[in-house]
Amino acid sequence: MSAGKVTDGRIDVFIDGEKVRCPPGTNLIDLVEGMGKEIPHYCYHPKLSVSGNCRMCLVELGTPAMDRETGKPVLDEDGAPKIMYFPNPVIACATRLTSGMRVRTQSAKVRECREAVLEFLLINHPLDCPICDQAGECLLQEFATDYGRGYSRFIEKKVVKPKRTVLGPRVMLDDERCILCSRCVRFCQEVVEDDVLGFVDRGTYTTLTCYPGKQLENNYSLNTVDICPVGALTSRDFRFRMRVWFLKETPSICTESSVGVNTLVGSREGKVYRITPRRNDGVNDTWMSDSGRALYKRIEDENRLIDFRVNRLPVRPEDALSEALRRLQGDKVAFVGSGQSSVEEHFLFNCLSRAAGSVLNCLVSRTREGDGFLISNDANPNVRGALCLGFIDTLPEANLTGLAEKINRGEVDAVVVHNEDLTTAGIGRSLLEKVEVIYLGSHGNGASETASVVIPGLTVFEKSGTFINQQFRLQKFLQAVPGPPGVLDDLVTISRLLNLLGKDEGRLATPAAVWAVLSRRLKCFEGISFDTLPETGALLDGSAFRSLPFCEGPSLHFEPETGTVEARA
Amino acid sequence: MAVKILKRRPLSLLEKTYLPQILIGLKITLRNLFRPSVTLQYPEERPDIPEGYRGVPTLVKDANGREKCVACQLCEFVCPPRAIRITSRELETGGEDAHIEKAPDEFEIDMLRCIYCGYCQEVCPEEAIWLQDVFSISGYSREAMVFDKEKLYQLGGTLPDNHFKWDRKKAEEEAAKRH
Amino acid sequence: MDVFKILGITAKALVVVLVLLSLSNLAILAERKVSSWIQGRVGPNRTALPIIGAIPFLGAGLTRLGLFQPLADGLKLLLKEDPVPDHVNKFYYFLAPVAAFIPAVTAITVLPFGEIVRNGTPRPIVLADLDIGILFIFAVASLGVYGVILAGWASNSKYPFLGGIRASAQMISYELALGLSILPVFMWTNAPGSQAGLNLFAVVQGQEHFWNVFWMPVSALLFLVAIFAETNRLPFDMAESESELVSGFSTEYGSFKFGLFFLAEYAHIVVGSGVFTVLFLGGWRLPFIASYYSGGMTGAVLSVLVFCAKTFLVVFLFMWVRWTLPRFRYDQIMKLGWTVMLPLSLLNIIGYALFLAVWDGI
Ligand code: SF4
Ligand code: SF4
Ligand code: SF4
Ligand code: SF4
Ligand code: FES
Repeated sequence: MSAGKVTDGRIDVFIDGEKVRCPPGTNLIDLVEGMGKEIPHYCYHPKLSVSGNCRMCLVELGTPAMDRETGKPVLDEDGAPKIMYFPNPVIACATRLTSGMRVRTQSAKVRECREAVLEFLLINHPLDCPICDQAGECLLQEFATDYGRGYSRFIEKKVVKPKRTVLGPRVMLDDERCILCSRCVRFCQEVVEDDVLGFVDRGTYTTLTCYPGKQLENNYSLNTVDICPVGALTSRDFRFRMRVWFLKETPSICTESSVGVNTLVGSREGKVYRITPRRNDGVNDTWMSDSGRALYKRIEDENRLIDFRVNRLPVRPEDALSEALRRLQGDKVAFVGSGQSSVEEHFLFNCLSRAAGSVLNCLVSRTREGDGFLISNDANPNVRGALCLGFIDTLPEANLTGLAEKINRGEVDAVVVHNEDLTTAGIGRSLLEKVEVIYLGSHGNGASETASVVIPGLTVFEKSGTFINQQFRLQKFLQAVPGPPGVLDDLVTISRLLNLLGKDEGRLATPAAVWAVLSRRLKCFEGISFDTLPETGALLDGSAFRSLPFCEGPSLHFEPETGTVEARA
Repeated sequence: MAVKILKRRPLSLLEKTYLPQILIGLKITLRNLFRPSVTLQYPEERPDIPEGYRGVPTLVKDANGREKCVACQLCEFVCPPRAIRITSRELETGGEDAHIEKAPDEFEIDMLRCIYCGYCQEVCPEEAIWLQDVFSISGYSREAMVFDKEKLYQLGGTLPDNHFKWDRKKAEEEAAKRH
Repeated sequence: MDVFKILGITAKALVVVLVLLSLSNLAILAERKVSSWIQGRVGPNRTALPIIGAIPFLGAGLTRLGLFQPLADGLKLLLKEDPVPDHVNKFYYFLAPVAAFIPAVTAITVLPFGEIVRNGTPRPIVLADLDIGILFIFAVASLGVYGVILAGWASNSKYPFLGGIRASAQMISYELALGLSILPVFMWTNAPGSQAGLNLFAVVQGQEHFWNVFWMPVSALLFLVAIFAETNRLPFDMAESESELVSGFSTEYGSFKFGLFFLAEYAHIVVGSGVFTVLFLGGWRLPFIASYYSGGMTGAVLSVLVFCAKTFLVVFLFMWVRWTLPRFRYDQIMKLGWTVMLPLSLLNIIGYALFLAVWDGI
């Protein structure tokens, strides 16, 4: 609605007497938020349609009076336009601004409205805050602190509604806490088009329910928990596990697919408890998939690698590194990188492959059917990083036939593998046994089992770095929790190996240091530094790779370059 | 700000010898010599613990023997030296207290860290944690000074509850079901 | 001299020294009790001996008074591990406590503490009735400071060192006033024609009717202050000043060696009090009662008891002052010593000389 009306001609509006310029038709709540102030609201959500049912956002609104005959503004004695205030407050969420509008967001009347609305919202609300998972990030709590009266005048019996209703495999509903804002209903209808939620009964008995015989089970169901302004919808995974005020939220990037969903990782004392989406209007808006939220469980996976091993025996880190070095010094070394590695790791890995005189660099592809929304067809989050750095110049393949051939012909006698399982990538165990494998990675797999040197690494939650998503958007993630004790950051490991090989790059063990070099060395990264990279990422010029047949189809905020889809087919 | 300089009164000759002052001091200490001592002979004599004394923090149960704490972790949050550690669990449906939904699985207070500030008692929305009259605790190791849930309930006992919030809630729920 | 006489004298000396040491020990207990009473506490009241402590009433009373405490303390100091820091000068480090202890107990030899009437002539009860008694006492007592200085220096660490330096400076400053302040006493005792000399017995005899303290209050006061300074007692405990110098000269000492220092300090106090009693409080005499100690042995015991009582009153004064006054600053002590005590004692002598001249003239 709004996008169509935005023109270059901006208008002047007055918020609490302060003059602001904005495009005509801007939503009042969004505008005020942009000013660093707040109009309390429940049902409005910037990415959903306006329903205007909670009435929390009432403000006083006035427009310049127009002379009906001339169509000119009426002026008062001072020559200023005369303002006609609406006799009753109006809801801000449904207000699109026009020129000269005046808004009072702090007047006594507005305050009174908010207090009244809040009192009504609270009459049937349970005294659940001590056991409610939303407590601490609950809009009802927040506005009750600002506008609540502190005690209840309601002496009748409260309406009792079902608690602990299972809505789906991941979502639990407490109907008593629901304030009937319908955000969840609209989300299901408008965003995922899985229309399963709705209200039944009337008046104070109105209850949110699932369509009989259906469940809220789509892969985006947990977004309803995020947008629910109160604690009515809770995540069954996170439920009662940790209070939100203990969580340290670290900006991160979801590794589920090449969409590069922006996330916040909530951790306390080195343990991750939940992952929530971070708003990025160019990538994922405010959504993320349920499957992406479960990825943190890999941190404590059973097959997590924590020991440095040589020939399956635990050794000291230095010994593992020198053993790795000995095998690197031969002249028949191949390198298998990973689409899950960060840009920085690709860079150093590439340096290492050059320093070791690699006979072959390759990457393993991970394609699958995406959902056209926030999961793309490519499960590798950073293939474009490897391309930009020149580690590979063709797209990754599912079967590393080239490597297999070279091994068969005896042209390769050592393979450095970063995080990939070669046994599922066309190189069987018998073939692997012909070469020495140096495995560097966070989790064990078929390759690590046959490897002669295993060096443990970190997961995305335990390190900092950058990914380049399908839009060629460079996005950064930061370390949320420390890695297992003794395990080195992959950057440190690779740069030490470089050091041992006598290369200068050996000192680049942090993303910031790597970027200081990258921005100088590579044209497409010019002017970028790790520390100043915006939270929303930076779009790079990917035109050099236009001819490559990338596998991604269209998804939210992404249209594949013309031609590539046919090329895929 | 105006600076006011106060002049010291010069000492008189007698005062300069300090002798009268010393004699006055001696008089005071002599008087004290004959005053009864204020020492409490501790292990035999015990102090009277006044109302509102902030002893060891303890967990209490209500009159029905139900554990009051619902593991909201506010005390853990507010505790300045971070002496409290709580892990919570969900109460199974069907049980007597199922309507409360949440309870502490483990509740530990490190008494070596606790500074007896009473914030936990003040913040607790369920009036479940109380600083009562226990003031003398000891242990042979650091671990022994980390009191677990069982020990805390043992120290806390039962305190009268004026609200019975959860019992009322249950009654309301059952009344609604009958309709 | 025959052997028996020597043995007899040795035995006598041993008894006196032992009594002095027990008194010092008692003084330590008294200090703890007095301080706690002044501060509204109860002081040591728990230590009990198994059998004596179990006697009804008496045992409980003794326990409450803390009378067994000195025993326990002494034993503890004896049995404790005796660490010797690496950095000390071993020889002097070991010498220092002895050097502090010996003078303290030696001074008692010439101090008369009673009289016995034999064949109608009163004789002093004393280990050695020296004609130059007071001189001997001063000479020996000021040796005590060597112990402190030695300890400070041998410890080879900064706080003891500072303590030692302060002690020596203080000692020099107050020794002058000490000596000068008692001259009037001997001027008075050595009236024209008498043969008293510097004998202490004669001083007591001279106070038959009236104690010197009433004749010469200024002398008494000066002497008292100087004695405080000499014994390193608060408000003059520069050598220790635990609030600035940890524990002053004895910081590096522990267990028995520390015990010796401690005992020496209190022996000093007891002897100092005794000297004050002899010089100014009439020794074992009570005012206006001329000579009632004529009755042989009984009189002798009585006189000793009276002397002890007076001495203990002075010891109490020491403690009383200690728990009343704060410590002086080092520069204040120096100033007091040189600009007040010294001139005042000189003036005092001149004043008395004039006074005696006029008196004798009458
Ligand atoms: S929804 Fe908000 S106000 Fe209601 S119980 Fe939960 S935290 Fe409290
Ligand atoms: S469950 Fe939450 S989001 Fe849905 S209507 Fe109720 S309050 Fe709104
Ligand atoms: S009394 Fe204070 S320090 Fe002790 S547990 Fe409670 S909040 Fe923590
Ligand atoms: S504040 Fe009270 S209810 Fe909450 S966890 Fe602590 S003791 Fe339990
Ligand atoms: S936000 Fe405007 S009515 Fe709910």
